[in-house]
Amino acid sequence: MSTETAAPTVNSAKATAQDAIKANLREYGLVLALIAIMIFFQFTTSGVLFKPVNLTNLILQNSYIIVMALGMLLVIVAGHIDLSVGSVAGFIGAVAAVLMVDFGFNPFLAGLICICVGAVIGGVQGYFIAYMKIPSFIVTLAGMLVFKGLALWLLGGRSVGPFQPEFQMLSAGFIPDPIGPWTIGGVKLHATTIVIALLIVAGMLFAALKSRRNRESHGYDAEPFGFFVLKNAVMAGIVLFLLYMLASYRGLPNVLVVMGVLIAAFVFVTKRMTFGRRIYAMGGNVKAAALSGIHTERLTFYIFAIMGALAALAGLIFAARLNMATPKAGAGMELDVIAAVFIGGASALGGVGQVAGAVIGAFIMGVMNNGMSIMGINIDWQQVIKGLVLLGAVAFDLYNKKKA
Amino acid sequence: MSDDIILEMRDITKTFPGVKALENVNLKVRRGDIHAICGENGAGKSTLMKVLSGVYPFGSYSGDIRYEGQQCHFNGIHDSEKRGIVIIHQELALVPMLSIAENMFLGNEQATNGIINWDKVRRRAAELLKKVGLREDPDTLITNIGTGKQQLVEIAKALAKDVRLLILDEPTASLSEKDSQSLLDLLVEFKAQGMTSIMISHKLNEIKRIADQITIIRDGQSIETMDKADITEDRIVTSMVGRSLENRYPHREPNIGETIFEVKNWSVHHPLHPERQIIKSVNLSVRKGEVVGIAGLMGAGRTEFAMSVFGRSYGTNITGDVLLHGKKADTSTVGKAVKAGLAYATEDRKVYGLNLIDHIKHNVTVANLPSVSSKLGVIDDNAELRAANEYRKKTNIRSSSVYQITGNLSGGNQQKVVLSKWLFANPDVLILDEPTRGIDVGAKYEIYTIINKLADEGKGILVISSEMPELLGICDRIYVLNEGRIVAEMKASEASQEKIMRAIVRGEEKAA
Repeated sequence: MSTETAAPTVNSAKATAQDAIKANLREYGLVLALIAIMIFFQFTTSGVLFKPVNLTNLILQNSYIIVMALGMLLVIVAGHIDLSVGSVAGFIGAVAAVLMVDFGFNPFLAGLICICVGAVIGGVQGYFIAYMKIPSFIVTLAGMLVFKGLALWLLGGRSVGPFQPEFQMLSAGFIPDPIGPWTIGGVKLHATTIVIALLIVAGMLFAALKSRRNRESHGYDAEPFGFFVLKNAVMAGIVLFLLYMLASYRGLPNVLVVMGVLIAAFVFVTKRMTFGRRIYAMGGNVKAAALSGIHTERLTFYIFAIMGALAALAGLIFAARLNMATPKAGAGMELDVIAAVFIGGASALGGVGQVAGAVIGAFIMGVMNNGMSIMGINIDWQQVIKGLVLLGAVAFDLYNKKKA
Repeated sequence: MSDDIILEMRDITKTFPGVKALENVNLKVRRGDIHAICGENGAGKSTLMKVLSGVYPFGSYSGDIRYEGQQCHFNGIHDSEKRGIVIIHQELALVPMLSIAENMFLGNEQATNGIINWDKVRRRAAELLKKVGLREDPDTLITNIGTGKQQLVEIAKALAKDVRLLILDEPTASLSEKDSQSLLDLLVEFKAQGMTSIMISHKLNEIKRIADQITIIRDGQSIETMDKADITEDRIVTSMVGRSLENRYPHREPNIGETIFEVKNWSVHHPLHPERQIIKSVNLSVRKGEVVGIAGLMGAGRTEFAMSVFGRSYGTNITGDVLLHGKKADTSTVGKAVKAGLAYATEDRKVYGLNLIDHIKHNVTVANLPSVSSKLGVIDDNAELRAANEYRKKTNIRSSSVYQITGNLSGGNQQKVVLSKWLFANPDVLILDEPTRGIDVGAKYEIYTIINKLADEGKGILVISSEMPELLGICDRIYVLNEGRIVAEMKASEASQEKIMRAIVRGEEKAA
């Protein structure tokens, strides 16, 4: 007991730069890993990776994985797993195709119906998991088979397409540029994208400053000012650089806007809202959470319903990107999504994981896919390398935690 | 005084990164003795036993271990077990879905070339079970027998390994009074047969009863070793905490008001075997500013009663009424019970009380998040931090900040976090289930002080405890529960341990 008496808040108020670096390495280790991987492929692809067109592609290619990773993060933090998301995404793509191509539905109406259907699918699975207490692994394994089969049946083995142009815009479109293109230093830039980039950076810096003030005012250790400035400058630099690259191609893809809004919403929900906090409490100790008055069953049900809606959205994005629904769509996607969340630092035991981590985890997988494809590495070896990276990332994470 | 020393540990020092867990600890155990080791939580008792049993291998500590006259270099539990040193941990290491016999020979299977000889297993198991006085079929699954019997299986398992030095880490922590007694009797019997035991315990009356010698450890140092003749409770307590505790229970001037909590005709059935009635039409009440105790043996239904009242968290076919402030209250879910002004702090804080991987702040606020959130469910960080800091101070949680992970706190401090969580929910009535289980004397005193303060603030408090002196020390009134029935109610000023035991025994006669 006496070992814990030491050091109340007073002397920890001035954290050293070394402490700050250590703490941040754990927090930003993933970002650094992503940057390192990108730089590595920048060299091995002789500069193709960072070309504006390739960066844009990278985002389009991974958008549906990231959308599902957001929901999967909640599922995994809650101590569950969802193996059905790939099949559900494929099934929803088929539903969308049948509605729009075969029955001529308006794309917006069809999209809305699809997302509702996804939420219902997730809700039904959630019902079995939450109220019937069947392990999520089994329920969603069943769901995976069921919806794979239903997608085949719905499409009757054919590929259905193409979609209306409005629907294709979901994956192929870019935001308009009402401010008009600017030409700076001989490069034609998408002006609206640049303005948005500046707004985002300003918002980031404002939030960082505010949270630092807040910590200081409560006597909690703020990191040294120099380090704080450096860290935020680097983060701002990265955001500005990436958006500049996008602006020099065709601007922000529509799907990136959708993703950005979703990511921001999920960060907010998990960090600031009671709903999110309760998911962590439930994942950390479900019995204690229930005895604290948290409706653990209802919460689990909602989480799976959200996952279903996101799988549906991902299915729409994927269908719009291919411009058709195929019976094979979505196959194996769940594995990429789950891998992204675990690479992002979530614990398979529940209770631990961050939205930002899952997103970065998805990009790490995405950059590796992209980079290795450009390098011309065979798909067989790509799989091997991706598997090893997943194992290595989680092993490294556990090793770090043990040391700490 | 015999000088036949079976074990001597000399100048044991063990450091973990940043902490000196043990510093020059000395321990001498005579052959055939029951040697007690006593100390506050975190004093280093368990670390010392881990050094002895080889969990911390030779070389990771400094100092000498001489056992049976030989220098020991254990590199793992296997080495120490080969020499007949067996440790039984506080948290039993049994596999619930395997049988008694299978558990007894786990890692020590009666096999030739990897093929298990089941006849031999059953025969030897039956022999050993007889030795420890457990009348159960060796094929019974562990999950189907109670904790007391499981403890006996652990001891039988140790006997199967030809134990010569038996180490028990708080063996009676989760046993009822009756099971504890028979366990202690068993140890005395083993002693008569020449076995040496080391027993770590918090319970001073047990130590006084069976120990031949006692070594006190405080803050990683061995303070003193005394013989049976010199053992007094005061001296043990003084050495343990390094100060004399005038009174183990803080004084309180009761200021009791009107009845605020009543349970009427409360009946509960077993969740899996609905034909078994666990709670049989219980009536009880708590008044404002009153501390009321529920005494009873393990298995009497005390926890089951509390959990069934608190959001029907236990049992089926629950009937009866809960009244708060004289009005019927809906406590059918935990959420509703909390809203009605009820709180229940569980007996098992690690399993039911805390999210051990999260920090203090999140654990304190989890039962009442809406009070630090907007209507839409957005948490106000500042308000939450203020609340967590306030309760950390109020309950005197020793931690570097509210951002310390609760899994790294000592038992006493974890208990304070559980209390903080429920205080923050601002209930009128608190049910505290074994609030001081497994925590040391100093922390117990602090918990009692908090309970007194809450009573003074006008809350009603219902304390469930297996330690009768504790109930007698802190309660105003005591109910005795036996086999799901209230068999007696008495004022604490008129109660005594004998009176409570008599009520229980009489209740059992009636039931039989």
